[in-house]
Amino acid sequence: MAEDAIHAEGEIRTIIQAYPPEKRFILAVMQDIQKTYNYLPRQALLSIADYTGEPFSRVYSIATFYKAFSLIPKGRYNIKVCDGTACHIKNSSVLIDQIYSSLAIRPGETTPDGMFSLETVNCLGACAIAPVMMVNETVHPKVSSSGILEIIKGYREGADDAE
Amino acid sequence: MMQNKHNDGRQVLVCCGTGCLASGSKQVFEAFKSQLESVEGVEALVSTKATGCNGWCEQGPLVKILPDDITYCLVKPGDVSTIIQKTILEHEIVEKLLYRDPLSKKRIKSHHELNFYRKQKKVALRNIGEIDPASISDYMEREGYQALNKAFSMLPRDIINEVIKSGLRGRGGGGFPTGLKWMNCFEQEASRRYIICNGDEGDPGAFMDRSIMEGDPHTIIEGMLICALAVGASAGYIYVRDEYSLAVENLARAIQDARDRSLLGRNIMGRDFAFDIEIVRGGGAFVCGEETALIASIEGNVGEPRDKYYFPSEKGLWGCPTVINNVETWANIPVIIGQGAEQFASVGTENSKGTKVFSLVGKVVNTGLVEVPMGTTLREVIFEIGGGILRGRKFKAVQTGGPSGGCIPAELLDLELDFDSLAAAGSMMGSGGLIVMDERTCMVEVARYYLNFLAGESCGKCVPCREGIRHMLEILSRICEGKGRSGDLELLENLAETVQEVSLCGLGKTAPNPVLSTLRYFREEYLAHIEDHLCPAGICRDLTRFSIDPIKCTGCGLCKKSCPADCIIGESKAVHSIDSTKCIKCGSCVDSCRFDAVVINQEVGK
Repeated sequence: MAEDAIHAEGEIRTIIQAYPPEKRFILAVMQDIQKTYNYLPRQALLSIADYTGEPFSRVYSIATFYKAFSLIPKGRYNIKVCDGTACHIKNSSVLIDQIYSSLAIRPGETTPDGMFSLETVNCLGACAIAPVMMVNETVHPKVSSSGILEIIKGYREGADDAE
Repeated sequence: MMQNKHNDGRQVLVCCGTGCLASGSKQVFEAFKSQLESVEGVEALVSTKATGCNGWCEQGPLVKILPDDITYCLVKPGDVSTIIQKTILEHEIVEKLLYRDPLSKKRIKSHHELNFYRKQKKVALRNIGEIDPASISDYMEREGYQALNKAFSMLPRDIINEVIKSGLRGRGGGGFPTGLKWMNCFEQEASRRYIICNGDEGDPGAFMDRSIMEGDPHTIIEGMLICALAVGASAGYIYVRDEYSLAVENLARAIQDARDRSLLGRNIMGRDFAFDIEIVRGGGAFVCGEETALIASIEGNVGEPRDKYYFPSEKGLWGCPTVINNVETWANIPVIIGQGAEQFASVGTENSKGTKVFSLVGKVVNTGLVEVPMGTTLREVIFEIGGGILRGRKFKAVQTGGPSGGCIPAELLDLELDFDSLAAAGSMMGSGGLIVMDERTCMVEVARYYLNFLAGESCGKCVPCREGIRHMLEILSRICEGKGRSGDLELLENLAETVQEVSLCGLGKTAPNPVLSTLRYFREEYLAHIEDHLCPAGICRDLTRFSIDPIKCTGCGLCKKSCPADCIIGESKAVHSIDSTKCIKCGSCVDSCRFDAVVINQEVGK
């Protein structure tokens, strides 16, 4: 763990320094870090505060205000179940129950083996193919309550369908 | 040789909007690219383009062949070689890939012949699905940047007056007259002014802004340029949800292409005018769609709104006069300036001019984006364009305006859609989501859903919004769980009025709408939950019991197959039954049964 952290510090610096040291770029920096690590390590927040000269408390408040950021690591497969209105009335909440019955995680949680994490999102803007679910960057359209188990099984068996 | 000549100028347009991409259109596009390359003499003549969203996501991936005007639906990579052989080389139609009209059973050659498209009038979406969003020349071929060119020959005040005259009102929800905003900004004494495009589309169920940003990014840039020229701004920002990765990508490319062609930067079109645009990726906070919160977010602060003692057009970004408009509003600007205000205003109603894009979703046959003149009735949109309710079920309500809007019942289907009529019905235009609900939608649960959403999105700055929504949610949740008490509805109404009156920003002021409108039109459904402990729609699990009507059941086994809990018992061709101890109340059986044999709460309820 500690080694990882030291290794990451240089990388984090590189991401941060791609932007000018101004307050208004904090959001963009955080997004890049979130994309790289799937969460915002504490070290990254300290480095951002240091680089921009903003108090740590303000950096922290931005990190916790926006939904896009997580302060704890996400799983290898991050499942986002859309709970926008169109998906909701097409029973997306059943999908969440199905995931719980299969993986025993609720939104915001990660499986102990670090394989899957689950979150709900407000709307992926793909309402015409509701209910939708995203696993990492792959969109799964019209997911049925039995189909979801197949999808999870596919990922669990290591069938990484990243392009 | 003959064949090749015929192919000159032919185009294969593959829809690569988010909906089609999810259904595999990228593989279809790549198959076309690679397979056409290997056909000798054709590859140079036929061009393959990845277009933005056609709006008819239901039937995606969509492939259009021009100029033949053929639309193929549900195309798989395996169909590509047949299309190339038959349609491209032999000029024949592949019948099986055409859309089959469910009523007439006829195959339809072109999407232009479909009711879904025929009744629409495309203004803001004029280019989408027709051009490659990654190609600035495609945009220019369709009169792109000509409105900007025209604006250079006009006085700033005349440009603004043209927008005022067009009657354009903000498409993001508020419906404030766009031209007045511009004029207010223009008339401020200031050395710097800013332009913002609000692309933080947060309303669940609405995706027109995503479609425009993905499918026609240059129209937004041109709209912003015209405004910058009119009010005298030198910098602009497009604030986009980061979840919309394709929109971010296409906008970034469009901005770069515009810079390369001297349409952004210094000396735009060789004139003494400088303007540039930067993309800001939002962090996923619904409240940031509120303009003052969005401005705070661009400045690098937490995205909380402020009270509007003064407007952003007076003091906005970094304290400077700022014009902030929604994506769809910007997409209308080049048309207004290019074709003139009069033509634009010839469509629409007295106080709402032009067209509006709606995202027609939910329990409707044809889902997707539809653009219709203001004043079109809900019935026309849902039944003529949308093709009615899925599975022939009964229409129950349509929710408009996102979480801040309300539910409109069947009695009001002839309501003409515009800003004022929707407000009068207790809802609002909002960004234009139309979520169609049928008898399998529980209105109490819908209200609970919206409040749950808003409770999570309330920024917490002001007490009435933060606490009021939470308490309303608590009451609604207990009603859905069958623990409602008498007096709950009055308490809800009381709370709703307070939150509406005293919240700081639009989020709180409109948050009670879903509750108030459902109480207004569907009070009996609330009472059924509280007094009879039944959810008539069969959605609230604690108040629902499914059973199979032995007279209607044919024993076909479809419900058994779709049941994820394995709780349906019965041999093939024999009457089935549901083991209610194992049932998870997901309703898959109801949705899969073709004989209406699965009934809700018809035996003795709990």
